[in-house]
Amino acid sequence: MSTPYAKLPAWADYGLIPLINLSVAFIVAGLVVVLVGENPFRAAVILVEGAFGKGTGIAFTLFYATTFIFTGLSVAVAAHCGLFNIGSEGQAYIGGLGIALVCLPLDSILPWWVLFPLAIVASAAFGALWGFIPAYLQAKRGSHIVITTIMFNFIAASVMVYLLVGLLKPAGSQAPQTRNFVGGAELPKLNWVIELFGAKIRSAPLNICFLLALLMAFLVWLLIWRTRLGYEMRTYGHSPKAARYAGISETRIIITAMMISGALAGMMALNPVMGDQHNVAIDFVSGAGFVGIAVALMGRLHPIGIVLAAILFGMLYQGGAELSFEMPAITRDMIVIIQGLVILFAGALEHMFRPYIQAIFASFSPKSVGMEAVKGKGA
Amino acid sequence: MAQAAIELIGINKSFGAVRANRDINLEITRGTIHGIVGENGAGKSTLMSILYGFYQADSGEIRVGGKPASIHTSNDAIALGIGMVHQHFMLVDNFTVLENVILGAENDALLKSSIAKARSELERLEREYGLEVDPDAVIEELPVGLQQRVEILKALYRGAEILILDEPTGVLTPAEADHLFRILKQLKDQGKTIVLITHKLREIMAITDTVSVMRQGTMVATRVTKETTVGELAELMVGRRVLLRVEKGESESGAVKLSVKNLTVKDSRGVTMVDDVSFDLRGGEIVGIAGVAGNGQSELLEAISGIRHAVSGEVMLDGKPIDLTGKADPGELRDRGLAHVPEDRHHVGLVLAFEENENSILGYHDDERYLKGPFLNVEAIVSDAKDKIAKYDIRPANPRLKTANFSGGNQQKIVLAREMEQDPGVLIVGQPTRGVDVGAIEFIHKRLIAMRDQGKAVLVVSVELDEIRSLSDRILVMFAGRIVGERGPDATEGELGLLMAGVEQQEAAE
Repeated sequence: MSTPYAKLPAWADYGLIPLINLSVAFIVAGLVVVLVGENPFRAAVILVEGAFGKGTGIAFTLFYATTFIFTGLSVAVAAHCGLFNIGSEGQAYIGGLGIALVCLPLDSILPWWVLFPLAIVASAAFGALWGFIPAYLQAKRGSHIVITTIMFNFIAASVMVYLLVGLLKPAGSQAPQTRNFVGGAELPKLNWVIELFGAKIRSAPLNICFLLALLMAFLVWLLIWRTRLGYEMRTYGHSPKAARYAGISETRIIITAMMISGALAGMMALNPVMGDQHNVAIDFVSGAGFVGIAVALMGRLHPIGIVLAAILFGMLYQGGAELSFEMPAITRDMIVIIQGLVILFAGALEHMFRPYIQAIFASFSPKSVGMEAVKGKGA
Repeated sequence: MAQAAIELIGINKSFGAVRANRDINLEITRGTIHGIVGENGAGKSTLMSILYGFYQADSGEIRVGGKPASIHTSNDAIALGIGMVHQHFMLVDNFTVLENVILGAENDALLKSSIAKARSELERLEREYGLEVDPDAVIEELPVGLQQRVEILKALYRGAEILILDEPTGVLTPAEADHLFRILKQLKDQGKTIVLITHKLREIMAITDTVSVMRQGTMVATRVTKETTVGELAELMVGRRVLLRVEKGESESGAVKLSVKNLTVKDSRGVTMVDDVSFDLRGGEIVGIAGVAGNGQSELLEAISGIRHAVSGEVMLDGKPIDLTGKADPGELRDRGLAHVPEDRHHVGLVLAFEENENSILGYHDDERYLKGPFLNVEAIVSDAKDKIAKYDIRPANPRLKTANFSGGNQQKIVLAREMEQDPGVLIVGQPTRGVDVGAIEFIHKRLIAMRDQGKAVLVVSVELDEIRSLSDRILVMFAGRIVGERGPDATEGELGLLMAGVEQQEAAE
């Protein structure tokens, strides 16, 4: 028959399997902790407490999560159109350039509620432009998007280094970054929301970009599943031949999807640049674009899943920082190993346990039990 | 009493909630040809896959030659003398016949002795069974009939005593099929046992000794072929009486709706697939294009429907030309009243991962009825899908179900409902009933004829000769990209078969 395995109920598909993958990742990570001579249970407690124990920790976790929601959505939008955008990293970096170009001349003139929308448009436009070029090359010249987006990450990095050690750097400064933005370029914090629940926050960068990220998650859901454009993107993503048959233009759909994807990646820059650092510095994206790939995969390309996966990765970043502070044997590199294991089991090996779980479900399947009963009556 | 080559006792196999095989008992006598018939999804392929070690039965026993056998892999099956010829050949296209035959049985690093042994063995097999093939020919240069022969040789080379053939005639011309049957009879005479899986009842009648009928996972009957009829078998397969031939009145053909002139199409490698084809399609008639798969029918359909670039020629729809540069917008052609049911519904006509209602608007998703500004009007789409489900008896009647979970026949109905309900002037249908069960075939044929009776122009391309003959008012035969003949619906199968095989008309007349 066509389906060799039982179809899983939605809760198993979206809850149980990610949970099992995650548990395995943590068990293996725990073994790594044992290897360096630390207690894995205490490490786990420190990690979770560091991320969610105090108000400051929660705020940091959500701050990191904000970044990953943007890049995760960016990867997901392209993936729904069958395009593997590895270039969110570079698109976010160039998005930062857009913000700098808006903030540097206007930050002392405009209030944040005028500057912020301008910066959103600028970051999205620059990110979209950086997505447009590989998309055009794919659609018109057949250059593979995976290769071109990787190359565009390098080009973005080089362009930004060039600008940040030259044109954008204040004269006389030795740091490869723009001058610090003031006034309107500093976004309002959201820490007071957490404080409403009684937690205390010393200083944390959580800002209104978090709300923007949630809004974007909703808009992406709307785009993918409720608009004609999303329908066309999904059709092309599942079957380019069916899209051709349905009269959907390949060029148009590839370019549109990649520009939306690039715009979402570009908007990621708002969070660290306007919400935290208040400048554009070298390598400020620091791998968030690549984490977005893991977040999108783990979230099964669904905005709700992406928000949850982004919070998980935010927890790993924040809790991991606490962990390396509390347990000197666990270095920063060890934290990267643990994050890598989560990506490995939740992302790359996402389907490893699926056949076994399906087999278990099949043997308990209520329907086949029901059929047994009917047959028993007939006999 | 003759000894049983294979006995299956109480075989059960479930895939999740689907019980593909239930309590199957089957005994196949040594030295006979045993047919297994059933609709798609009746469980024939599952049963044979269990026998060949692709699946494990949940319960039940297999005996080969009277001894209980446990078959876990295809190697176990081969060791027990069971060989399988798959519907889709398992051959390496750019290997020679010899290289393919020794694949998986190569014994030395330099292959010298293996090849020498295989060569002498092949010569022996050729002599004994009349299976002539040039051992040094490259597979991709051989016609499909010979490729299939190589598959049979592969099985025999591995010492098969029991040969399972899965839908072996699907890709063959009638003449090639006849040749295959002669070979099978010869194999039987030499004491081999043959299991023939098919849904073509006429083949069963022509060649088998006994026949078993499967329906919905159960074995409903086993008959001695001489003592049964096509009608009885069809009834057993479907569980009710079926019309094997659709009833239709005379056609009243009207104005020319679609006119194809000197159309030439090349494929991506630059090979001419459609060669100077011209024909007219009138309102109120069904024109059938017969031919063995791969003779340019697919490319012809794609060019007419604006998907594939044509090299030269012109196609007029209602007197106005269609853009043949391959840049034509199929959406625009739909607006002009050209509906297209593509041959490959899995990859072209449907998106299997979509919900049924999403597929019911594919290609018509620009229609205002289904939109609210840039948004999809989900309510309207679902209620529209529900109407089509009711009208075309699509089961299960759930527009929110994933399309992949519908059976082949119901998937085809989803496509047909979508295209026919747009009330097109011209309907182009590729393989209307491929992989569709008998019950749905009847329904689809009736619908196509109803379209014709409403004065629409219908073009049907099918590799099923029976289908072409029972539907068409005119039959065009394609061979090697050209239309080699036109016949009426009363043309005999032999006559069409010769045309399909590329035999010139004068010879055909003899």
